[in-house]
Amino acid sequence: MSVRINEAEEPHSQVLRLDADTPLQLESGAILAPFQIAYQTYGALNADKTNAILICHALTGDQHVANEHPVTGKAGWWLSLVGPGKPIDTDRFFVICSNVIGGCMGSTGPASRNPETGEPYGTDFPVLTISDMVRAQARLIDHLGIETLLAVVGGSMGGMQVLAWASLFPARVFACMPIASAAKHSAQNIAFHEVGRQAVMADPDWRRGRYTIDGARPIKGLSVARMAAHITYLSEAALQRKFGRNFQDRDAPTFSFDADFQVESYLRHQGFTFVERFDANSYLYLTRAMDYFDLAADNGGSLAAAFKGTKTRFCLVSFTSDWLFPTSDSRQIVHALNAAGASVSFVEIESDKGHDAFLLEEPNLFATARGFLDAAARSRGIPEAER
Amino acid sequence: MTMGQASITTIRADHRLVSEMVTEGARVLDVGCGDGVLLHHLAQTKGVDARGIEISREGVAACVTKGLAVIQGDADTDLFDYPDDCFDFVILSQTLQATRQPRVALEQMLRIGRNAIVSFPNFGHWRIRAHLLFQGRMPVTENLPDTWYNTPNIHFCTIRDFVALSEELNAKIVRAHALNAAGKPMAVEMPWWFWNLMGEQGVFWLARGK
Repeated sequence: MSVRINEAEEPHSQVLRLDADTPLQLESGAILAPFQIAYQTYGALNADKTNAILICHALTGDQHVANEHPVTGKAGWWLSLVGPGKPIDTDRFFVICSNVIGGCMGSTGPASRNPETGEPYGTDFPVLTISDMVRAQARLIDHLGIETLLAVVGGSMGGMQVLAWASLFPARVFACMPIASAAKHSAQNIAFHEVGRQAVMADPDWRRGRYTIDGARPIKGLSVARMAAHITYLSEAALQRKFGRNFQDRDAPTFSFDADFQVESYLRHQGFTFVERFDANSYLYLTRAMDYFDLAADNGGSLAAAFKGTKTRFCLVSFTSDWLFPTSDSRQIVHALNAAGASVSFVEIESDKGHDAFLLEEPNLFATARGFLDAAARSRGIPEAER
Repeated sequence: MTMGQASITTIRADHRLVSEMVTEGARVLDVGCGDGVLLHHLAQTKGVDARGIEISREGVAACVTKGLAVIQGDADTDLFDYPDDCFDFVILSQTLQATRQPRVALEQMLRIGRNAIVSFPNFGHWRIRAHLLFQGRMPVTENLPDTWYNTPNIHFCTIRDFVALSEELNAKIVRAHALNAAGKPMAVEMPWWFWNLMGEQGVFWLARGK
């Protein structure tokens, strides 16, 4: 627990601290000030500041995209895509990834100390939107002195941020890649999120969000939320291939509610490891931000209006077995971009790994990202990396 | 520009014809653009705003690497998604005969673009006629190597059929060419019956309205 609190306040990352005279106006009408943004960078910014790529992380991701995680010790979550010689080549590009506000890895969120009370915000933290996250990130990009990002890349909730970037700051985004994402959260997705939140809030240790003050943690509720969510990240085929009806460390049912099946054991493990690194209130706030995301509604009901006149190049990617953010969601965005006359590419990649595919070893995703970013870099006159 | 001139000598004859038709800086959609060779050529030499639709993921990936804006899809389903008049030219190369609804595809092309350029294999070519006449079997030629049961080409037509369809759609034929077996445009303007017999491919530039 102490590690988690430390990461929220004093993260193993660079931190941009914005004080009370540079407040962040939130969509809800609330004002966030002071606040901080924790971020990681990789590679070097060139003299013209034209080679910066911003990576937006997903719901339970964080800024540790290509380095060892300070809490879990695991490798960066997109190490397959980001690094020297990788599709997002850190020998060529300056890569930035920041923890979203509302998160728990060093950017201001419900686990951070409320300056008014001196205690963690808990549910006194204002409810955020995806656009709020993006406006906070824009402050970081300002701070780094970068006018235009070569690209903004992200999957799932990260893809929502990518779309919000392209819509809110079109002149600052040369190219963008929303992967396995959507322009709005579907009813089904909101429903799954609600199950997760109710699981957290039903845990007696949640204590109306004041658990940190009471020295408790709703780990049971949060791990059930994670278990349910994890099923939605996989496909039926992937679950079947990985586990089938195999028993866990036994040859026959035990006629109990022990984890007889491998799939049960796996989910319990997912829940258990998740609570080590994630704050329950952050989970409530970030799922809520995704639920509220509806780019068309923000633009008078027209998704095309969100991208009117844009010069940004888009490259969308979906996966065939992703039922959480299905191909139809990406196609809807492509449709709107075509209506807006935008430059858009779209690829649907064959995979049986479900929504999770965007985080996994998918050579076709890597090839598409490499080709798209390389073409963008060429037209911005960014030289190839020296080997 | 020198690069463009160098590549014009190496591109396919039907692609060269198409690039002669397309105007400088036009908005172009290539339906079934493959690996993007034609689109890339048009972008380089004519400065067109190049867009594509391609059914294979490999093709799309190759296009994206060339810096082209290409979406995965096909002529039967994805043309409906574009607004009216968003292109100056919509190109359909060697694909019309593989669409489920060629007439609908053509109508859509002329809805979203002011001009359509269509190339297709001519099923009225004498070799095909001879094959059917003398062997009594579905023709298998060098140009059309598939057998009837596994061919993707489900809607063959002749040059005269295409002319008739264009008339039905009230489309104006701006230019038409027949290509011979070597893929070269036939030298002189001949009556339709001659092209229909001797042309292996038809390349048509259609414009909306008579």
